Amino acid sequence: MNQSIIELIGVSKKFGDYQALHETNISIKNGEFITLLGPSGCGKTTLLRLISGLEKPDSGKIFINGRDVTDLPPEKRHLNMVFQSYALFPHMTVYDNVAFGLRCKKVPENEIKDRVNKVLRMVKLDTLSKRKPNQLSGGQQQRVAIARAVVNEPIVLLLDEPLSALDYNLRKNMQLELKELQRRLGITFIFVTHDQEEALSMSDRLAIMNEGFIEQLGTPKDVYEEPKNLYVAEFIGETNIFKAEISEAYDDKLSVEIGDKRFILNNKKKLSAKQKVHVVIRPEDITVWGENEITPEETKDMLSGTVEQVIYKGSTVDLIIRLSNGKKILASEFFNEDDENLDYHAMEKVWFDWIPGWEVILPYE
Amino acid sequence: MSKFIRNFYTSCVYIFLYLPIAVVIIFSFNNAKHSLVWQGFTLKWYAVLFHDTALLQVAWNSLALAILAASIATAIGTLISVSLFRYRFFGKKILHALIFILILTPEIVMAISLLLLYSFLKIPLGFWTLLLAHTALCIPFVAVTIYSRITTLDTAIFEAALDLGANDLTIFHKIILPLLFPAIVSGWLLSFILSLDDVIISYFVSGPTFNILPLKIYSMVRLGVKPEVNALCTLMLLFTLFAVIASYQSIFKKKLK
Repeated sequence: MNQSIIELIGVSKKFGDYQALHETNISIKNGEFITLLGPSGCGKTTLLRLISGLEKPDSGKIFINGRDVTDLPPEKRHLNMVFQSYALFPHMTVYDNVAFGLRCKKVPENEIKDRVNKVLRMVKLDTLSKRKPNQLSGGQQQRVAIARAVVNEPIVLLLDEPLSALDYNLRKNMQLELKELQRRLGITFIFVTHDQEEALSMSDRLAIMNEGFIEQLGTPKDVYEEPKNLYVAEFIGETNIFKAEISEAYDDKLSVEIGDKRFILNNKKKLSAKQKVHVVIRPEDITVWGENEITPEETKDMLSGTVEQVIYKGSTVDLIIRLSNGKKILASEFFNEDDENLDYHAMEKVWFDWIPGWEVILPYE
Repeated sequence: MSKFIRNFYTSCVYIFLYLPIAVVIIFSFNNAKHSLVWQGFTLKWYAVLFHDTALLQVAWNSLALAILAASIATAIGTLISVSLFRYRFFGKKILHALIFILILTPEIVMAISLLLLYSFLKIPLGFWTLLLAHTALCIPFVAVTIYSRITTLDTAIFEAALDLGANDLTIFHKIILPLLFPAIVSGWLLSFILSLDDVIISYFVSGPTFNILPLKIYSMVRLGVKPEVNALCTLMLLFTLFAVIASYQSIFKKKLK
């Protein structure tokens, strides 16, 4: 299950003067759910279309199952794609849409019937097989598009922002359905999205893309907890970023000054003194204390600020705290046994810190 | 008051547009040879028409010419618009612009240039020269009608078809043709009507061996408007109206299904 099913070596693509994808190497394992994540124009769709064969690369090689397919047309690659707009054939019934690929391959009509009906049952559309696409809801059309692709038994399913046209609740359901479908089919899914929450919750691995480069490729946990650079840190989730200079560095510890306090932090990346760094801290890692909850002795190693806004979110309370130097900090506080009320109000002075080691230190680039 | 003026104005426009046609229809039933005064209802001009075998032959010529020209022009025009839309090739933009320019070209210019071409190549004027001229006249109209429809299609449909293993031929007859069918029908109808009533180009490129209805009417009218001509025009009007309504009905019904 672990050999790579798709391998891109030095693949790049230009549209006119615009470098849509810089030389990229990526290896995708058989059976994994991999997501290409990035803002629009980052090259994620280009990468997907290069794999599908709808675009030809300017340089590099593409291997599928160990075979060089760089010059093969889409239909010879045993991949199928689900398009953002679904791209259903409006003049055909659901059944004919799903049967289209098999008919192109001249599969006998009775076998087509079995396979199409089986797939339609799987996506729960067997009762609607005689409808035309415009008589279906968005979610149903989405399922037809998926059925039309998987009926061909592709070795990899490519999905180009398939959920972006659906409303929030439907999208949540479809995320679960897609994940479930992938588990059942056991095939590789390459999923393109600009929605980071979707990417984190669905993928085995994700590739964060920016301006034609893959910035980081890793599991959702890796990408979230150990972002490789500032771009990834800021793109995935909310962040607080402090600029600082390392004052002292040892084998496993370093000290930096943030605000007017000195912090001893882990030196995982073997950084040296005088290096300028960004210290990245997630809002949920910050602990906030009111002035009366804490003794002056305890505030020695904490930063202080004024609460500017309290945002009640149900499961958390988000605070926007302004430091004396004007910097804004976002902190998410959870309700738990230590802190049942989270009773903060605007203009209140608070102290905060985080558990040392939970920060990410990124050197300047 | 302003409502009255608005209605009055609108009525005037419609009367201006439709009164002449109404007059032709009314006078085709007028029981008088020359008079422009109503002399009572008759169907005798229609009877005269249907006994004029020469005229019926000319009408048949026109119909055959229009059907042929429209069909050839539709076939070529469809291919032009599909290739302009689907493929990237050298000179595509120029070709696209040329199609539009053809629509705007004065018919008289086209007529003279075709006449010059035929006389240069020493092609005798007659059925074939007419057919070629009418086809050329209709192609840009078909191409534009179909092109405007094809641009409303989602290009991802074609990519999806490619992805599912369809070759160009399959995409053309399983996807493009069915989706463009309404536009193809209206392109054909437009061509048919253009060919059926074209006078200017036909006047220059027709010969003594093959006469068509618009030219026949033109020559009949030069000796004064005879009531048969009114009857003939009424029939042509009814025929085209019927054709248009019938085809739109068939398209519309298909969509409802």
